[in-house]
Amino acid sequence: MDIERVDQIIEKHNSEASSLIQILLDIQSENRWLPKEALERISEKLQVPLTRIQQIATFYKAFSLVPKGRHGIHICMGTACHVRGAQRVLDTVEELTGIKPGETDLDLRFSLETVNCLGCCALGPVVEIDGEIHGNMSPAETAETLKKYE
Amino acid sequence: MSKILLEIDGQQVEASPDMTVLQAAQKLGIKIPTLCHHEKLEPYGACRLCMVEVESRGSTKFVVSCVYPVENNLVVRTRSEKVDKIRKMILELLLAHAPDSRDLQSYAQEYGADKDRFEKESSFCIHCGLCVRYCAEVKKKNAIGFINRGTHREINFIQEIASKECWNCKECFPLCPTEALQAAYVLSGALASSLPIFEQVAEKNS
Ligand code: SF4
Ligand code: FES
Ligand code: FES
Repeated sequence: MDIERVDQIIEKHNSEASSLIQILLDIQSENRWLPKEALERISEKLQVPLTRIQQIATFYKAFSLVPKGRHGIHICMGTACHVRGAQRVLDTVEELTGIKPGETDLDLRFSLETVNCLGCCALGPVVEIDGEIHGNMSPAETAETLKKYE
Repeated sequence: MSKILLEIDGQQVEASPDMTVLQAAQKLGIKIPTLCHHEKLEPYGACRLCMVEVESRGSTKFVVSCVYPVENNLVVRTRSEKVDKIRKMILELLLAHAPDSRDLQSYAQEYGADKDRFEKESSFCIHCGLCVRYCAEVKKKNAIGFINRGTHREINFIQEIASKECWNCKECFPLCPTEALQAAYVLSGALASSLPIFEQVAEKNS
């Protein structure tokens, strides 16, 4: 992400220190992670110490300080999904992508996370990719679905 | 400004409305144990060691004296069986993190706390925030801050600022009740040459 775009986002929020989290969220969703240069720029423009920004950026799981893959996979490991075979779905994804929860592959194609209940237990096992819900997933179906994401 | 009258350990004391119970007690020369309190810094209330028993409007409760404001007719007991028990427990929990801390050890002796009661989980830092707050509030340099949360929370130097400011200051070092601060400083200095700080953060997070 170039620094001009960071400036635009900061401008959009009137360079207000109280909009710090909103600015971080905007950059995170557009860029999928928070580069150091962006944080330094925000610190300078908003007059907020870098320590404070770092504290917030490491506190919330929504933020990442390392590059994330183009597609975010969230596998539900909640109770309902668990008893319906979420573990086998997770194993399949780990095997196909070569990454474990919390990791991103080298081609930056996928980032993998587990979650505890996505709130649609009747559809379990549930896999969410880029915000889209895939229900009643079997290992085979999971493998098919992953192919659609480049 | 109107004065406030309260009673601490059976003694009457006059305090101004902006004072905390801890400050009022100090005025009487009564010692309340503290770990995260520092007179130059804003009240923080992190360690809970300064807990006292207060009686107001007929009910008794336990409050953190370094953040609790004085009020009229308050009756404060800085030592009681229950207060001592609470402090003992806090010390035992903190000692699981920083068993070698001298401050903790001397308090432990006073309150009969057993440093081996809980399984050791040496993280050294007890999150008193003295270093972080001193750097921000007194020195206004913000060279050090907290990162992560919960059990993963730890202090972190911003290398670019630290390399300019810390060598000639180091005023936060003697404030730390454990060895965590110095260890972190040495460590971040050693790593700095090979890894930029954000990658260090990322690495700790991964
Ligand atoms: S490093 Fe020391 S002074 Fe800083 S927060 Fe931890 S225990 Fe407190
Ligand atoms: S347990 Fe998976 S959606 Fe509720
Ligand atoms: S001294 Fe009051 S909470 Fe730490």
